[in-house]
Amino acid sequence: MIEVQHLTKRYGPFTAVDDVSFKVERGEILGFLGPNGAGKTTTMRVLTGYMPPTDGKALVAGYDVTEQPLEAKRRTGYLPETPPLYPEMTVSEYLMFCSRIKGVPRGDRKARVANAMERTRVADMAKRPCGQLSKGYRQRVGLAQALLHNPDVLILDEPTAGLDPKQILETRRLIKELGGDHTIILSTHILPEVSQTCQRVVIINKGRVVAVDTPDNLTAKLRGSEAMYVEIDASGGNAQPVLASLSGVTQVSETSTRAGQVAFEVQSAQGRDVRRDIAAAIVRQGWGLLELRPMRMSLEEIFLSLTTEDVAGAPAEGGHE
Amino acid sequence: MNNILAIANKELRGYFASPIAYIVIGLFALAYGYFFYALVLYFERTTMQMAGMGAGASANVNEQLISPAFQNTMVVFLFILPMVTMRTYAEEKRSGTIELLLTAPLTDFQIIMGKFLGAMALFASMLAVTLIHIGILFAIGNPEPLPILTSYIGMLLMGGCFIAVGLLISSMTRNQIVAGMVTFIVFLMLWVIDWIALFVNPTASAVLNYLSFTQHLSDFMRGVIDTKHVVYYLSFIAFGLFLTARSVDTERWRG
Repeated sequence: MIEVQHLTKRYGPFTAVDDVSFKVERGEILGFLGPNGAGKTTTMRVLTGYMPPTDGKALVAGYDVTEQPLEAKRRTGYLPETPPLYPEMTVSEYLMFCSRIKGVPRGDRKARVANAMERTRVADMAKRPCGQLSKGYRQRVGLAQALLHNPDVLILDEPTAGLDPKQILETRRLIKELGGDHTIILSTHILPEVSQTCQRVVIINKGRVVAVDTPDNLTAKLRGSEAMYVEIDASGGNAQPVLASLSGVTQVSETSTRAGQVAFEVQSAQGRDVRRDIAAAIVRQGWGLLELRPMRMSLEEIFLSLTTEDVAGAPAEGGHE
Repeated sequence: MNNILAIANKELRGYFASPIAYIVIGLFALAYGYFFYALVLYFERTTMQMAGMGAGASANVNEQLISPAFQNTMVVFLFILPMVTMRTYAEEKRSGTIELLLTAPLTDFQIIMGKFLGAMALFASMLAVTLIHIGILFAIGNPEPLPILTSYIGMLLMGGCFIAVGLLISSMTRNQIVAGMVTFIVFLMLWVIDWIALFVNPTASAVLNYLSFTQHLSDFMRGVIDTKHVVYYLSFIAFGLFLTARSVDTERWRG
């Protein structure tokens, strides 16, 4: 449904997004995780056709966003970081206007607006000028605007920012509901949010994709559930069952094979250190143990670097996000 | 077309929902009322003098009252229209609503035309205030209708030029005050650009005269629609809107 290929966006000498590629399948909810200034908003702006990429391309619902922008835009609903509301319009006037420019047929507009207001729970504010709404309502009216034309693709830039805990839960539930019919990309810098709503996560930092995985795998790794990188010179023997039979080992997956050297990713129950057992088993088989190291560190480091930069990088984010 | 009208309608409602429309129309009515009153006093004295000379001639309402009144109208617009156009793009960029427009299935042309027509509609409603005074003149006097009609066409075209320039300048900044000031100065320069025409070489003089807003209006005031002037105004508007489109596009690349 969404395909991003080698996307690069430069602002003068500054590279905001650097060779980013990923795919989102129909009906999938993809989380876009990263600190402020990582390039989340820029990537989303390219996907919505707000700005053209410097290099690479992006396809939404099969349409290239730079070559067939109108077709792509007709199938995209977008909630920018700041909800784009006109302060002097009332909520229902605003949504009527949005449905008109999004090409909703005249006869359907009232029904679509009512439906969007109901889904986002803003109907009680229909007659209120947008300028007088609280942050939570603004965010939800922005979301209602994105849903109006029933788009295939929803792109939500920090949809839960500024909401109170109850509204956050409601919004997450709504996003999950929408997930079946719509393909959704949402950005956030809150890890639990991703694990609760998204089926897959792209972690982006300094404009580059640093990890793509399911939230379960990701949190498992981040939590430090013990994943081990083991490289063995097995010389003909099949090491996988040997490793899998060790007590405490939950999963063994082969990651690469090269000239008799096999690399595995060994996962074990949390809190169990299986390194000694692995080493002993390999020695017992007479194989060569080439490398054995815990994998969590690298991902943990990635995330640590992400979150620490979140604080340090905040003042420098400037006008690009 | 529906998209253009949607934007135009939104723009116009934006003017009337905020105090802007009421302030500009009110202030315009006040200023124009004063100008008109002053001109009526002058006209009255001229008529008296001519009658006193007993030449049998009488002053011409069109030439000596309506035409000067319209000239002054455009001077008032010189001050007011920057306040109308300054927010068009600058405000949308500042508040982020430009993201809504640029990610909706609209072309840049539709957005620009919508904004242009919205501002034109406000301008036309200000101009409509002057119909009151013209109506009174028709009620008590006997002015020629044709020059009045052509004057309105000329003023609408000239206002279109002002608005096209105003949109362009507003699209280049996110600060309304900057947009307003720059627009005002540009209008003023285009207004007085022919003042030095007498003192420069003939070619430059012709160019300056051609560029001046005012030179092209006088024929309309006399009841003449000359294609040359219509072409000048329309091409000015088209060029202004074209540059606005380029400016919006550049902004996209820059982010």
